[in-house]
Formats: sequence, structure tokens, C-alpha cells
Amino acid sequence: MFDFRRLWGGRLGSGDKAKERLQLILIHDRSSLSPELLDLIKQRILDVLNEFVEIEERGLAIELEQNDNTSALITSIPIKAVRRNVRAL
Amino acid sequence: MGKAIVITSGKGGVGKTTTTANIGAGLAALGKQVALVDADIGLRNLDLFMGLENRVVYHLVDVIEGRASWRKAIIRDKRLDNLVLLPSAQVRDKDAVTPEQMKQLITELKQEFDFVILDCPAGIERGFRNAIAGADQALVVVNPEVSSVRDADRVIGLLEAEEISDVNLVINRLKPNMVKRGEMLAIKDIVDLLAIRLIGVVPEDEKIVISSNRGEPIALNQTTKAGLAFYNISRRLLGEEVPFEEWQDDDTFFSRLKKLFGID
Repeated sequence: MFDFRRLWGGRLGSGDKAKERLQLILIHDRSSLSPELLDLIKQRILDVLNEFVEIEERGLAIELEQNDNTSALITSIPIKAVRRNVRAL
Repeated sequence: MGKAIVITSGKGGVGKTTTTANIGAGLAALGKQVALVDADIGLRNLDLFMGLENRVVYHLVDVIEGRASWRKAIIRDKRLDNLVLLPSAQVRDKDAVTPEQMKQLITELKQEFDFVILDCPAGIERGFRNAIAGADQALVVVNPEVSSVRDADRVIGLLEAEEISDVNLVINRLKPNMVKRGEMLAIKDIVDLLAIRLIGVVPEDEKIVISSNRGEPIALNQTTKAGLAFYNISRRLLGEEVPFEEWQDDDTFFSRLKKLFGID
């Protein structure tokens, strides 16, 4: 079908604009973590790492970084020492 | 054993109570034993949509707190005697009810009714938790509009977290002409974004206002566009394969112009 709207400046209908906005909003919403969940993840990561290394808990940081269409967990975990019982592995 | 269906949306004002009243009336018109439960504690509205406000004596919180049995509290519909309403309370204390108590009540109602339809309050707080506690299935009502779709997506996530996996979508207040002009989210866009099964599309219809003024569910009048749409959702809930309704484009300047040029 020929679209008359193209004659008037070639803009998208506001319906398409709504769809585009929602696509970005939902990606963002779906990848966001609550502070409680972030704490839980942090604790689980620590539990696993603790088996192998001693961690400097004060320097520990874990954050969720979100851009327009990507999300990433960024973490920095300072290590004090590798545990004696796993050094031989 | 019956089935409990919660009608929810996240956002307020999208038509949850209208949907509850009409799907309930539709299921009753199709011969099922139906109980409507107004789970919006503090803001009683479902009785108004059913035209039953003058008959309310006991309410949901009375039943939960043991002041009345549910049998005593339910109000029978004027038109269909296999349709009843358990009205909500006007009390301010929303914490009067717990999810466990709701679950218990819904389980009892399911022994007697084929369908228990729960009208959920707006939001995702305690009232929402109570309303979904006893539900086997959910209908998420959405308007073709950015904020409504976003809130629906959050609600779908919360329903999944509560292990309610049978979640269906109702698109309410669609304006077919605006979709044709590209100025409204299309049905396919919303279904793609939310990725759940579509069970019905209800077009914007002035007759809804008239039916709520009168306190008569529009699903009982299937000559109206919205009434037919709601009635067909009830049929789909019973497992019938009902094709989606097609609405005639009204005669607009735009459609006349296109006809004039022989396009479309």
C-alpha cells in the first residue's frame, strides 16, 4: 500500500515510535536487578570464590552497568591469598 | 474442582474491573457456575459494574476474619442465577488480608464454582500479592500505550516468579482506525513485545460507558463490538477456537481519500 505519510516529511507514525521506545524500555527493565538480588548474587559469588582464595571483602565491588541495549555485571574482587589446600591444583 | 483466574494489569485504569465483570458474565451466559471476587480491598468497584451495589451486606474482609461465611456474603446476579459476586471491603486497612488466607478462600470457592474470577487492584504491592495468591491462571489487561505495556511486562515477570505459567493477554481499548493510520501500537507489536498468548482484543466502544452507567455487563449484549469481544474471550477460556473479530474501518476522511485514489 502506498503510504501518504511518507509525503509529509517521511516520519514514522507514532505507533512505530511507541514500539521502538518499548523495545528499549523492556530490554532495560528485564535486565535490571533489585538491590536484594544483587546482594544475593554477590554472596553466591563470594561463597564459590572463598573455596579457592581469601578475599579482601572491603574492596569488593559489584555493579550492573546498563547501556541502551546491553547490560553487564562489572565486578572487582581483590584477593589476599590463594588457599593452601588448593595451591597444588 | 474449578479454576481461579486473576485479572491483572499493573497499571490502573486499563479496564481490569470491566474485564472481570464481562468475562464472568460471559462464562455464566455460557452455562458455567461463576464467582466474581473483588480483591481490590479498600476500593470497592466491581459491584457497581454488576449493578449490585445496593445488595452488599458482608464483604471479603468479613469472610476472611470470620464475621460471615462466604455463602452469606455472596450476592447473586440479577440476570444470571449461576453468577455470584463476593464484594470487596471499603475498609482502609489493606493489610487485613494475607496471601495464605486468600488462597484458602479461593480453594473453598473452587469446590463450588467452575470459575472464580479475581479482580486485582492496580500496582504490584500487597493487594496484588493477595489477588494472585490463589490463582491458577492470569489474564493481563493492557491498553495499546507505552506505559501500560511496560507495566504489563513487569506483572508478567512477577506472575512467572509466583509460578503462574498460564498467562494470557487481553488488549483493551484498541482503536482500529488509529492503528490503520500508524498512530497506535498494533496488536502484533504488543504480542511480540510481551511474548504471551493473546486471548482477546476489545475495541474502544462508547457502549462500555453506557453499560457501566447502567450496571449491566456488556458481554450480555453481543450486538456491540466490545460485548462480542468479551463474550468471545469467555468462549476461548472454555477452549473453543474462536477467530479474532475483525472491525470494519469507520468511514473516515482518510479511508475515503484512499478509495478515491483506488488504493488499499
